[in-house]
Amino acid sequence: MSNVFIAFQKNEDSRAIVEAICEDNPQASVNEQPAMVRVDVPGRMVIKRSSIEERLGRSFDLQEMQIHLITLTGHIDETDDEFVLEWRH
Amino acid sequence: MDMKVNKKLGLKERYNLMTRDLAWTPTYQAVKDVFPYTEYEGIKIHDWDKFEDPFRMTMDAYWKYQAEKERKLYAIMDAFTQNNGHLGVSDARYINTLKLFLTGVSPLEYMAHRGFAHVGRQLAGAGPRVACLMQSLDEIRHAQTQIHSLSNYNKHYNGFNNWRHQHDRVWYLSVPKSFFDDAISAGPFEYMIAIGFAFEYVLTNLLFVPFISGAAYNGDMGAMAFGFSAQSDESRHMTLGLEIIKFILEQDPDNLPIVQRWIDKWFWRGYRVLTLVAMMMDYMLPKRVMSWKEAWEIYAEENGGALFADLARYGIKVPKGWAQACADKEHLSHQAWNVFYNYGAAAPFHTWAPSEKDMEWLSQKYPDTFDKYYRPLWEHYAAEQKEGKRFYNTTLPMLCQTCQIPMFFTEHGDPSKVAYRESTYHGMKYHTCSDGCKEIFDNEPEKYVQSWLPVHQIYQGNCFTPEANPGAPDFNPLAEVLKWYRMEMGRDNLDFEGSQDQKNFAAWRAQASGN
Repeated sequence: MSNVFIAFQKNEDSRAIVEAICEDNPQASVNEQPAMVRVDVPGRMVIKRSSIEERLGRSFDLQEMQIHLITLTGHIDETDDEFVLEWRH
Repeated sequence: MDMKVNKKLGLKERYNLMTRDLAWTPTYQAVKDVFPYTEYEGIKIHDWDKFEDPFRMTMDAYWKYQAEKERKLYAIMDAFTQNNGHLGVSDARYINTLKLFLTGVSPLEYMAHRGFAHVGRQLAGAGPRVACLMQSLDEIRHAQTQIHSLSNYNKHYNGFNNWRHQHDRVWYLSVPKSFFDDAISAGPFEYMIAIGFAFEYVLTNLLFVPFISGAAYNGDMGAMAFGFSAQSDESRHMTLGLEIIKFILEQDPDNLPIVQRWIDKWFWRGYRVLTLVAMMMDYMLPKRVMSWKEAWEIYAEENGGALFADLARYGIKVPKGWAQACADKEHLSHQAWNVFYNYGAAAPFHTWAPSEKDMEWLSQKYPDTFDKYYRPLWEHYAAEQKEGKRFYNTTLPMLCQTCQIPMFFTEHGDPSKVAYRESTYHGMKYHTCSDGCKEIFDNEPEKYVQSWLPVHQIYQGNCFTPEANPGAPDFNPLAEVLKWYRMEMGRDNLDFEGSQDQKNFAAWRAQASGN
């Protein structure tokens, strides 16, 4: 199965986002590069608003990720509570 | 007792209300008169409402997040300038990558702005129109922020001041320029596959991620900031590219062969343009993040492979030139930088031969090809340079009629033989650099015979200033072309070794560490 991935600029918000992804997707692997961080998950990745809020200690709108995003792959489905990336093959 | 507050609308409802719900079907004019370009390419669309942006981004949210990105970016740019951030970069050679970026890439951002504005107007569905409008605004923001950030380097270094003038004239800049002109002069659906899908989805990671991660690694906070700010929009662009191709393929089975031909064409066109990125990554960055070959393996073979495996259910196949591009990853950057080293007198940035330490890195990253084919070349140049005979090629190269790159690419499977292809159209011969470029030419010869090829134009006398006199006994064609390019001989061009940039950077650095 192919990986989906997402990459963020390295900063305090994205640190919380990456931690949340790793907890909600046990197969996640994190790859740190200069000024950026990339997370890969086989097949499907779920990013949960509630997990990010827990770490940031404030309310978080998933669309705020737009500010820190660098790149991603896979089909996207975004709602108020979850952001999903997946391949369908 | 808790007050019952009406919860705000959900993301899906907001998206519906703010995009499709704001559109209407015209009655004073026929739909085909309002959107006259949607049929001639042969693409069949039955229901435009089937397109949905999976980010569900609405214009009000778009303005909010873009404004936040701009505030962050300009704060960093101010800090960078106030702090003489340019002196913090790894080495002055690095700055030449920025010259290449400003002359070759930033003008394409502006063209992308125009392209998406045009296509956004011409597509008949509200969903893709809004997504194209956002992308059009993103692209003009990218052009502007790149020009603003790099204007700081223009205060201190040579080669930045005539970027716009040069984009329309300098030989290698006709490569990115003609690529975008080709896309923007196609129909709206082809443009979406060319730029939205093939470039943004399949290839853009290879341009931005290594370039900008490279900037960060080489201490350039300014370029890193504009690059990541631009890249944060790219996720939306990539998504538009993927959604539009799925949408077109789901609308009608007749669309598949048309789309496949565009994918074959635009993958190859885009891949050829990335030649400039390959040499930048392997040869121009003093501190390298990864080799071109590694970047190709991650972003093309691995991710692109996953993408095409996924599109297989629509009948889409891997683009035609894919296998060759994968094999050529061993050679691309070395062959390209050799050409720039040769023509270092005619480019508005500095070139150099790799040092022994650089070559150790290249041997390690390219164990099967560097020592065998390319190290002897660089050692030969270095020996010549030591004797004060730095080689500058003064014979102009033949250019490919399609990609406009000098014909230096070698045959698939034989790196010692330069590839040439030939087509005849209306009795005239046209030359291309590869099977990929030949096929593109043969499919639309009436378009590509119009290519403005810099070398042909120089020989025809179209690249001199009005004051030039080709009949004069001491006429020097190269010097006259440089004048027309607005390049100053000995200042903006030639080897990095001995350049004004090199001297100034060393002197300013010395001032920064003591007085």
